[in-house]
Amino acid sequence: MTREEIIKEENLVYKKTALFTDKALSYCPGCGHGTVHRLILETIEEMGIQASTIGVAPVGCAVLAYEFMDIDMMQAAHGRAPALATAVKRLNPDQYVFTYQGDGDLAAIGTAETIHACNRGENFTIIFINNGIYGMTGGQMAPTTLPNMKASTCPYGRDTAMMGNPLKMTELVAQLPGTYYVTRQSVHTAGAVRKCKKAIRKAFENQKLDKGVSFVEVVSNCNSGWKMTPVQSNKWMEENMFPYYPLGDIKVPQV
Amino acid sequence: MKELRLMKGNEAVAEAAIRAGADGYFGYPITPQSEILEYLMAQKPYETTGMVVLQAESEVAAINMVYGGASCGKKVMTSSSSPGISLKMEGISYIAGAELPALIVNVVRGGPGLGTIQPSQSDYFQATKGGGHGDYRLIVLAPSSVQEMYDFVKLGFDLSFKYRNPAMILTDGVIGQMMEKVELDDQIPRSTREEIIKACPWATTGKTPDRERNIITSLDLDSSKQEKHVLKLGAKYDKMEAEEVRYETFGCDDAEYIFVAFGSSARICQKSMEMGRAKGIKVGLLRPITLFPFPKKPIKELAKKVKGMLVVEMNLGQMIEDVQLAAECKTKIEHYGRTGGIIPTPEGILNALEKQIIGG
Repeated sequence: MTREEIIKEENLVYKKTALFTDKALSYCPGCGHGTVHRLILETIEEMGIQASTIGVAPVGCAVLAYEFMDIDMMQAAHGRAPALATAVKRLNPDQYVFTYQGDGDLAAIGTAETIHACNRGENFTIIFINNGIYGMTGGQMAPTTLPNMKASTCPYGRDTAMMGNPLKMTELVAQLPGTYYVTRQSVHTAGAVRKCKKAIRKAFENQKLDKGVSFVEVVSNCNSGWKMTPVQSNKWMEENMFPYYPLGDIKVPQV
Repeated sequence: MKELRLMKGNEAVAEAAIRAGADGYFGYPITPQSEILEYLMAQKPYETTGMVVLQAESEVAAINMVYGGASCGKKVMTSSSSPGISLKMEGISYIAGAELPALIVNVVRGGPGLGTIQPSQSDYFQATKGGGHGDYRLIVLAPSSVQEMYDFVKLGFDLSFKYRNPAMILTDGVIGQMMEKVELDDQIPRSTREEIIKACPWATTGKTPDRERNIITSLDLDSSKQEKHVLKLGAKYDKMEAEEVRYETFGCDDAEYIFVAFGSSARICQKSMEMGRAKGIKVGLLRPITLFPFPKKPIKELAKKVKGMLVVEMNLGQMIEDVQLAAECKTKIEHYGRTGGIIPTPEGILNALEKQIIGG
């Protein structure tokens, strides 16, 4: 059987999402970022909203997200993505707008922008990747680093008496009247990926309703930063991250 | 006949923004410029022209809203006063780096730190030399009347779109708070989506099949590309220096001495000039209107023929450095300044001229 005989439409079980560019992902093998990118791009493709979607990239591992997504995007200063998105959406109410932010970006330096965009009930989608560490800068402590978890700026583990406790930003924003849909997902198994896809789709669809922020946290791994293999990191995530950051919907629209 | 109205400088800025067809204003209260946001909220342009007006949670958020709006090719602005402008500097650097048009108004108060709420010109360095990080320049306009506060909003927007570069109106609490008559223009309609797409093909308006995706960023990890980008910015600043210098002179033809002053200081110098001339002192005034690009040539030409120049500023001596560079040591140059929110008197200025330049 030749290569050409194999590559046929009826044999196709998986393909690159049309809205991925051909640029090789800059993420470490095993990291969840690429999967979440794919879910966002599949959602945009399936909803047919490429021409009316504007994304805002953060500072962090996903700083180059615009290199991989074939949509119009802007790159925000560290933590400021929700401020940019606020203006983009208010000035273009017919566009779909989303931010893509990591834990340092959203829950440390950008706390004010996040809380206030959520509190104003801005009508855009926030995708929040929580891997409990600063990946891009080389594994420093994040606001979401677990108690006793090691990072390069807490090499003996996070001492909560000295460094404070991990911030549950998602539970926090769920308290605000301005958030419409708040959920926590993961992408470490096929089942989790499917659930996460549904959540992201819902978070984009909600923009048609103009009811406030749709907020999707994805608890993800950072095998490089955690100094583990991808498989070990997923297991560690299940055993340590999920008890502190339980998966599931936190706030669902009341019908 | 144009519509005439008695207005505060800050109100004139706000009215000008509406009439210039601005798409959005994002601000945060701080004295002495809060009237800009207050006036806009009272006028409700979101119900007439559709202009978005939003009180942000901080100056940091406000400038980043401007960054987001400008990325979409929208005509957006913010305003603040000195401590708030310091907070905006990160965003201003990004806006300059990403080559976006935007207007920032700084109604300066005395500093450093929390300083005072009284007028000052002590943010000249911050406005003209950077303030934020990196190799960038702002187009800096210095109004000296309420009419110019009004006029420079449209001018600032026009220049910022022409060069895809942020523009700043550098004014102070005197001009912001005082009332004068203002000639108002007719309402300019806001740009339509089609007009924006045509005029700003770089803007993030949504990727359509007929073009590549648009990316707004100031990041390039490849140093050779980043250098190329900065050199491109540099060429833009050179073009501004060649084509956009604006200034005004009074009584310079027969002058033996020159005041160099901008904004409210220049108005006070006009009075000092009258008083000096009445005493037989041949003194003129050069008022830079663009602080960047700075009027180097006219200062150099005047420096060749006069006996001395007094640079009058409400600060410890900031613009004087640009005057000295422009004058190339061709004449004696001294500084007279009041700081901390104190406004110089015409007598004090004339006295300084007589002591530091004529008798010095």
